[in-house]
Amino acid sequence: MIKYLNPSYVFKISGKLLNLFKTLLIPLVAIGLIFSLFLSPEDYIQGDSVRIMYIHVPSAWISLFGFAAISFFCILNFLFKIKNVTLIYKSLAPIGLTFNIVAIVTGSLWGQPTWGTWWAWDARLTSMLVLMFFYIAFIFSYKFIKSPDRSIKACTLISVLGLINIIIIKYSVEWWSTLHQPSSISLAKETTVHFSMLIPLGLMVFALFMYVAVIFLMKYRIETIRVKKKGFKKL
Amino acid sequence: MLLKKVKIRLSILLALSVLSVLAIFLLFKVLEDNVLYFYSPSEIKNSDDINLKKKIRIGGMVKKGSIQSYERDIKFIVTDLKNEIIVSYSGTVPALFAEGKGVVAEGSLKDKKFFIAKRILAKHDENYMPPEVQESLNKDAK
Repeated sequence: MIKYLNPSYVFKISGKLLNLFKTLLIPLVAIGLIFSLFLSPEDYIQGDSVRIMYIHVPSAWISLFGFAAISFFCILNFLFKIKNVTLIYKSLAPIGLTFNIVAIVTGSLWGQPTWGTWWAWDARLTSMLVLMFFYIAFIFSYKFIKSPDRSIKACTLISVLGLINIIIIKYSVEWWSTLHQPSSISLAKETTVHFSMLIPLGLMVFALFMYVAVIFLMKYRIETIRVKKKGFKKL
Repeated sequence: MLLKKVKIRLSILLALSVLSVLAIFLLFKVLEDNVLYFYSPSEIKNSDDINLKKKIRIGGMVKKGSIQSYERDIKFIVTDLKNEIIVSYSGTVPALFAEGKGVVAEGSLKDKKFFIAKRILAKHDENYMPPEVQESLNKDAK
């Protein structure tokens, strides 16, 4: 068990994984884009704007899962003081923030032709914006708080508040009246996206998660090298 | 020794979580009305104090067969299948505005049954399908 937590072992394995993921990434993105841009049909009412969904939905999921993951590792670090996991959440947080912004921007681009507005202060959109601020606060607190002890405490506080916000995002469309539509895909009920659109969506989710894995591993390895050079204390 | 420290941290974390949930719950309690993006016709009907000057949003479904277009104005009925409100609006409507579809109107109430809209937003539902599927669904419905 200890062997698998050893940074140099992880470094070696992550290099192999990275190569594998890199090879998979290009074909996956290509197939996903061909399906979502050319092979999938128009929507009966939105027309071609439905294609924005194939980026918007995966991005939103990535930002939600990303925050859940960094919170998990941050709390783990707070409880058990496992220094290695700081590398994980430092590598993951900027990716989550990026996809959060992608989700907001693509949502806005979709909103203009469908709803007739770029932005609405409804519960779903606002809570996604709040998530962006939580990401920024999280990144700031490990970047600019010098003392590791205090930085972990700040990150943990943001994690706890942010996790509650994740739950709010998830259920915002059910608890309150919002302009944003309810979830089309959920475990609790039958999906309301037609099969011909579900395929490109699934492919894009897969491709973008693979992209996240590649970027994450690259960043993680860079962080590992940085730690090896400087040691944990000077991070 | 270590275990004790972890226990202390764990209890701090739990206390923090409970406090945060409580704080956020109270925050939403205070915000209550502002969290709702729009009111349904039934909520308008059942509310006691209606401020006619205040800008509000109402939402629901555009009742089938209720859209009446005049030269520049448009009138339609917003329904939540229990209660209805007549909406009057002048200007262009979004492309997705249609009978039987969701709509959100921003403006003010003249009375509990009549709403003057300054802005119309189309609400999209959670269904995504190609046109052919929609056509066959329509045929089945008939």
